[in-house]
Amino acid sequence: MCQVSTKKTMKCHADATAVGPGKGFQASTAARSNHQVGPGRLPAKWWVQASAAPAIRPSAVKVQNQRIAKRWHVRLLVLWVLAGISVSIWVFYSMNADIIKRRQEMLSNMCEERAWMLQDQFVSSLNHVRALTALVTTFHLGKRPSALDQDTFAAYAARTSFERPLMAGVAYAIRVLHAQREQFEREQGWVIKKMHSNELQPAQAEYAPTVLTQDTLSHLASLDLMSGEEDRENILRARASGKGALTSPFRLLESNHLGVVLTFTVYTTDLPPDASAEERIERTAGYMGGAFDFESLVENLLRQLAESQAIIVNVYDITNKSNPLVMYGPNISIETAVSHTSKLEFGDPLRKHEMRCRFYKQPPIPWSAITTSIGILVIVLLIGHILYAAVNRIEKVEEDYRKMEALKLLAESADVAKSQFLATVSHEIRTPMNGVLGMLQMLMDTELDATQCDFACTAHESGKQLIKLINEVLDQAKIESGRMELENVPFELRIILDDILSLFSAEIKDKGIELAVFVSERVPAVLVGDPARLRQIITNLVGNSVKFTDRGHIFVCVHLVDDENRVDVPPERSVESVDDEELDGSQNSCTTLSGLEAADEKNSWATFKLLLMHGSSEPISTSLETSSTVNLVFSVEDTGVGIPYQAQERVFMPFMQADSSTSRNYGGTGIGLSISRCLVELMKGEMTFVSKPGVGTTFRFGLPLKKGDSSMLKKHAEANWRHPQNAPLPTKFKGKRALVVDGRPVRSQVTKYHLQRLGIFVEIIVSNKCSSAVSRVMMRCGTTNYSSNCTSGNIDMILIDKDAWGPDTGVEFSDSLKKQTDARLNGLPKLILLAMSLTNEEASKEEFRDKTVMKPLRACNIALYLQGAFGFRNHRSQARVLIEGPGSLHNLLSGRHILVVDDNKVNRLVAAGALVKFGAQVECAESGKEAILKLQPPHKFDACFMDVQMPELDGFEATRRIRKAEIAASERLPRNGDVKNGKHTYRVPILAMTADVIQATREECTRCGMDGYVSKPFEEEQLYNAVAVLFDSAH
Amino acid sequence: MDVAKLQQQHLELTQALFKEGFLDEQFTQLQQLEDPSNPEFVAEVSTLFFDDSQRILAELTKSLDGDPVDFKKIDAYVHQFKGSSSSIGAHRVKVGCTVLRTCCEEENREGCWQALQQVKQEFFLVKNRLELLLQLEQQILAEGGTIPFME
Repeated sequence: MCQVSTKKTMKCHADATAVGPGKGFQASTAARSNHQVGPGRLPAKWWVQASAAPAIRPSAVKVQNQRIAKRWHVRLLVLWVLAGISVSIWVFYSMNADIIKRRQEMLSNMCEERAWMLQDQFVSSLNHVRALTALVTTFHLGKRPSALDQDTFAAYAARTSFERPLMAGVAYAIRVLHAQREQFEREQGWVIKKMHSNELQPAQAEYAPTVLTQDTLSHLASLDLMSGEEDRENILRARASGKGALTSPFRLLESNHLGVVLTFTVYTTDLPPDASAEERIERTAGYMGGAFDFESLVENLLRQLAESQAIIVNVYDITNKSNPLVMYGPNISIETAVSHTSKLEFGDPLRKHEMRCRFYKQPPIPWSAITTSIGILVIVLLIGHILYAAVNRIEKVEEDYRKMEALKLLAESADVAKSQFLATVSHEIRTPMNGVLGMLQMLMDTELDATQCDFACTAHESGKQLIKLINEVLDQAKIESGRMELENVPFELRIILDDILSLFSAEIKDKGIELAVFVSERVPAVLVGDPARLRQIITNLVGNSVKFTDRGHIFVCVHLVDDENRVDVPPERSVESVDDEELDGSQNSCTTLSGLEAADEKNSWATFKLLLMHGSSEPISTSLETSSTVNLVFSVEDTGVGIPYQAQERVFMPFMQADSSTSRNYGGTGIGLSISRCLVELMKGEMTFVSKPGVGTTFRFGLPLKKGDSSMLKKHAEANWRHPQNAPLPTKFKGKRALVVDGRPVRSQVTKYHLQRLGIFVEIIVSNKCSSAVSRVMMRCGTTNYSSNCTSGNIDMILIDKDAWGPDTGVEFSDSLKKQTDARLNGLPKLILLAMSLTNEEASKEEFRDKTVMKPLRACNIALYLQGAFGFRNHRSQARVLIEGPGSLHNLLSGRHILVVDDNKVNRLVAAGALVKFGAQVECAESGKEAILKLQPPHKFDACFMDVQMPELDGFEATRRIRKAEIAASERLPRNGDVKNGKHTYRVPILAMTADVIQATREECTRCGMDGYVSKPFEEEQLYNAVAVLFDSAH
Repeated sequence: MDVAKLQQQHLELTQALFKEGFLDEQFTQLQQLEDPSNPEFVAEVSTLFFDDSQRILAELTKSLDGDPVDFKKIDAYVHQFKGSSSSIGAHRVKVGCTVLRTCCEEENREGCWQALQQVKQEFFLVKNRLELLLQLEQQILAEGGTIPFME
């Protein structure tokens, strides 16, 4: 255990130290602090700290790892170089050794060859000398007189000298005992001489005078061989052994060359091989000797061989091992490492010889080995260098990469920080700004004089601008940081568009431009998506258009992509559009909403008509019905200044406006379009635009949205008050008929669209002249034939644009229409003007009052104005009709006495108000106790509405008590005719009022004797149902 | 001021109130209850609502400051407040009350406090707007116009 921990600490120590100063700050501080801990507490604490440090600083670990890696690289490199050097050295040595070995081998081969040759020649010479002994034995000893004389012998020896190549010559000496000396000297005619001095040989025991000599050794004639020391010894040895004997090398007589003498003994008779030395000496007749002249003869021999120059050959007599005698060769010792020794066998067992060979020259420098090894070394070093460079390079790149990564992280975090900063700051600014705006709003509501009001308004406007900008910046930041989340909630597109119109109504009224919305009827009523963002996009685009448009129109249009695709190729306008009504070519040129040319022709009447045709001809295609999404195309068209061509690329870049003058002229930041596009892309759509400078701009974007239905909408509204239910459009106009008269077909379609939303049947008369329109209207309404026999139902209203054929032509139209129908005015439908603005003068005129719908057209504002026109002005009277109808609540409740019990004052008042409304006479009670008192029979109340949850005594308990009291009271009554069917008389119907209608409450209601329940606040229908049951059963 | 303008303003204000969720259809019903026999009904109910609510809010604040907090008492108050706000159709106040009640059931004092602030804010907002609306109606009536009505 202990060992393990120490190991760990050691490792940590290594870690800590491996981290360099500065970078591995944590680790090094850990190490430092550890030193302060003191030896006793070291291990545990130290381990924790040190191991914690790398975890905190992963980058430090990385650096550390890299350092370790780097060290390893260096180590590996050094190892590599060392290995390379050793390899090259090894290669050198092995090659060198190889060379040396080969040299040695060569030497030994040469040496052996020479030795063998020498020995061979020597032995053959030796054998021939032996043969000569036989000759002597045969022809000299056996014959008396001898068959051999000096001449014969010399001639024979000379002729056979090729058989003895190493031999200088042969001679035969005879054994002469001292006793026979004189006789011998007499016989020969000469005296025995001593060697070297050629003097007379003094008296010896025996002599060996040379009798027969080869010519080359003629100087030996008559010399006593026994007088030469080497010869004598040799003779003695030879005759004792019966074999050839060799002398040690010595200077030969006469030639003074180094040589050896070979001596064979010639016996008088043949001896058995096992004869003793004495016998041999006894029988000795003479001695045959041959001189080997090494110096010259061996030289000759060796010279015949190849490469004789290359080596030095020495032949030694090594009989005395400690002192080898040179027989041949220079006696200079050359210090060469390489030499070879070969044994020589010359046939004399006593004598041992050997041949030593050496190279004549010093061994050559082994260049090949040197170059090879140096080459290897160079290669290794080169590779090492390359590796080192590569590693360095990699390290550098890695280092750079790390730096870049760090920088990237830094940049990213800076970006995130920027976005966060923006978001935070924007948010933080928004909060106080809301306060400022709210306060300004409140300030404006107070009594202010004109100047103050102006100041306050300006401040408020500026504040609103600021908030808008902040919101936009916030949006941009959100989108950039990817934090924009889209909602997926059901919404009504048409209502959103109406809202947007109302947002800009004041602005466009001032500018005198027309703003209209059209939604294809094929677009589902309820869609699922992010209404807030959609609203933002469209508001942005419309706001943009409003900003840059001073005349003409802005037209927001929504179609299905399918429909648009079908009308992809705009048909020939001139051909297509002449057909209906009386539109002539001159006006066809611009059949847009306002009659001004627009950049994109898609909303001109020619295309628009086709779109509508498709919409109606194919009510709902099957694919549309089945698929859960619809692809919509939104287009926002204006006839404003347009975008300069060179600026069109930059339109969607944030904070980029067409040019710097734009912001001077029109204000704004130029962030809106960028956000819009980002939002559209977030919703998986695409935004494009077409713009012609001086003509206008059309922005289009497609969006895939899911289809929804109204039940989803309702459910959502209940769940979330932030997206409240919109007030539904009034339905009271359902079934009415309207005639829309206009000079511009697109505008008439817009009007139709809104009217249709109110459930009104719409017919359109488009005519390009006021007069023809009048006549057609007259025809349609059949006013010439008095009223009410119109062919397809009564026209309830005629809507005419105030500027149908030009400014105020709508007014002329109505005037002329009235003139023509003057007598039969009562038959004429109501005339309603659609106007952008009314002058004060006009507004005061009777004919406009209650008959003018102000633009921009929206279903709800049309409804509002129609209410005025049709006298639904007082809705309460209408409500009354409903309420007072037969079988209505009013019928049920009128005249009834009802007690309302609720502790909540407001609730009480509201409930009472509602009941009073329906004709009831209401009394109130504030608590259960009071109710019990009031309902103590007998009493006047026909019914009681009881709040369930009340302090002290709740509704249930109160009811129980009331029932108890009733039963008690009933029992007190005399049992007479008052009691019907066993029912007690006193039983007031009690209805529970409860906010949360759940099953449990309902059961509780019946259990404690209540007759029903109504939800609070009252819902008319429910109230009716409950009360109907109550009073029907009561009656 | 021009009647038409006032009417327009009234209409837009009402629409805005509905759109922003301050009011729901209950308020429409209240408006429907107004008739010549009871011409000031909405104003009357609203005033009552304001007074009552302010009382309740004061009580709530007091209760929540007490130690220990009497959550039962708070719950009762909240219930009342919720009732009255739903009666008048103050939608957002009602929602706020629901939140507050949930917190109350969890006995989450901090949550209650926050929810109460929210409710207070919503209440004052709706109070402001409603007062403005009532004021507008008064003006319209004074000018001899009729109050536009939105179903």
